Amino acid sequence: MKRVMTVDDSASVRMMIRVTLSGAGYEVVEATNGLEALKKLSEMDVQAMVVDLNMPEMGGLDLVKKLRRIPGFLSTPIIMLTTESSREVIQKGKDAGATGWMVKPFSPEQLVNVIRRVLS
Amino acid sequence: MNEMLPDEIHESLLATFREESLEQLTELETTLMELEISPNDPEVINKAFRTLHTIKGNAGMFGFEDIEAYTHDLESAFDFVRKGTMKVCPELIDLTLRARDGLLVLLQGTGDPNTVRPEMEKVMTLVAEFLSQGQKVILDDPGQEAAGKKEDRGQGSGGGGAREKPESSVRVASGKLDQLVNLVGEMVTVQARLTQLVSERPDPALEAVAEEVESLTWELRENAFSIRMIPIETTYRRIKRLVRDLSRELGQEVELITEGAETELDKNVIEKLTDPLMHLIRNSVDHGIESAGERIQAGKPEKGNIRLSATNAGADVVIRVEDDGRGLDAEGIRKKAVEKGLVPAEVDLSTADIYSLIFAPGFSTASQVTNISGRGVGLDVVKKAAEELRGNLTVDSVPGQGTTFIIRLPLTLAIIDGLLVNVAENKYIVPLSIVEECVFLTSEAIKSSHNRRIIRLRGEIVPYISMREWFGILSEPPDIQQVVVVREGDRRIGLLLDHVIGEHQTVIKSLGKVYRNVDGVSGATILGDGTISLILDVSRIMRVTEETESPVFAA
Repeated sequence: MKRVMTVDDSASVRMMIRVTLSGAGYEVVEATNGLEALKKLSEMDVQAMVVDLNMPEMGGLDLVKKLRRIPGFLSTPIIMLTTESSREVIQKGKDAGATGWMVKPFSPEQLVNVIRRVLS
Repeated sequence: MNEMLPDEIHESLLATFREESLEQLTELETTLMELEISPNDPEVINKAFRTLHTIKGNAGMFGFEDIEAYTHDLESAFDFVRKGTMKVCPELIDLTLRARDGLLVLLQGTGDPNTVRPEMEKVMTLVAEFLSQGQKVILDDPGQEAAGKKEDRGQGSGGGGAREKPESSVRVASGKLDQLVNLVGEMVTVQARLTQLVSERPDPALEAVAEEVESLTWELRENAFSIRMIPIETTYRRIKRLVRDLSRELGQEVELITEGAETELDKNVIEKLTDPLMHLIRNSVDHGIESAGERIQAGKPEKGNIRLSATNAGADVVIRVEDDGRGLDAEGIRKKAVEKGLVPAEVDLSTADIYSLIFAPGFSTASQVTNISGRGVGLDVVKKAAEELRGNLTVDSVPGQGTTFIIRLPLTLAIIDGLLVNVAENKYIVPLSIVEECVFLTSEAIKSSHNRRIIRLRGEIVPYISMREWFGILSEPPDIQQVVVVREGDRRIGLLLDHVIGEHQTVIKSLGKVYRNVDGVSGATILGDGTISLILDVSRIMRVTEETESPVFAA
């Protein structure tokens, strides 16, 4: 089973992602911020990540930048979540190394579609 | 949004969203008040922005478009502040707090949407106005350094008073905790029966098991209760907000100093305590603290001070509300009480007695009913609330220097450690927390003290009350009786009874209506053999005894 990590400080968003993706046949692990994600990633493999932009401790951009410097994560699909769809913000995400982008609010269908696409 | 998800999952998602958002609104309130103190702290500004941002984002995700819309402009405002193009000012904090209150109602789904929505619309119009003006103001004032200009949403810059989250916790519905405590209560009762049975048929193996069950039950009880203990901090937060709103409303600066926020009380006690405490604070702001002019004339700092503190004292928690205001006016109170027919004019009263009149039902010192405390509730309501929590409320005051209200509450309500005693065939429980010692009293000793009802305890004289007389038990006392010496505050008194049986974990059952007015009894408990034992309300017994103006209960 493919494993997806959701990194978000909001419990309800994590829960929504977990129920949606596990319903679509993925195993989902959670982290509440960038630091926790890094810690968990040192203990397990994941095939894709859904990462919130704005988080305490370590935000999404910093997390992606850090991950892209680790050999095992050069090509792991990382979808960023944000509430802003401004070009500037999306460019920042791309520069940091994000694979794709989703603007909140999104529907469970959208999420499943995006994850299917990056994992196919 | 969630057509894909089964209903029950959707429901629990919504519940999670609600709970989380309520938490965030609480955090927002705290942050805003922090911001009021340090309006230029980038860490705090960022926190306010992030909280609003999360509330907005989640509301959008879960289909609460109204909440999303209402938070939008506020988020923008704090974004401007964060980027340094706008400054934090009291108006912004005010508006955000107002909006927060509306959002709270919308999220809880309690209040009437027909009153909340217009209020929210109004706040939003004000925020929009504020946004256009706020931007202008900062443009006119380019000399100010921009707060929070640098991006610091990555690693926290450390410190900044930001509290760490507890390492790991589980959220449990409070109903489940109540149930747990109830079950523990039943367990304690059953365990007492077991112990009783074992004492009737000696069997070493059985005894060993019973002993083990007893110690496990005790541990279980301690554990279950500790789970229900929460710090009083949550109440403090609401009070800080209240003081802030009141002082703005009255145009009078009042500073609230809080101490002992970490003091823990049973969740149920905290819930029932908040309103009475708010009332006391309101009372202090309104009646206690003088106007700025008066204060200056009296040589006091212009800003009034209210100190709210909570401390542990044995098995009690003591909460004090202290103001540095004008103090109680004994003569005024007395006059008023006489006018209201609460006391006869000719009675000579001590100052303390006069002060305690303010707790009498129907008493209100305000010669002018204000919007603040003139709500038809007097301090009698606060006193009653404290007493319903098995506590009490007292007042102390120094004219011209201030007034102190003291609430004394037991830590927990459901189970206490008691001392089981008896008079003839009746069994009673004395709360162990107030017991100092037990001494024997022979009938000779009673005679030799000429029935003055005092005992000598290491040179000190302690008066005692006969429980046999208190409860009107007619049988003859045994030759050797026992006196249980109890202490409350600085008062000490003995309770004369037949025997001290031993310690007893007491599950408190409240008494029915018929027995509610029995003097000197605060509840009942079921003993191991199935009989009922009354729990003595020692502070009541002490008070009644004092009221009879003699430390010795009249025979």
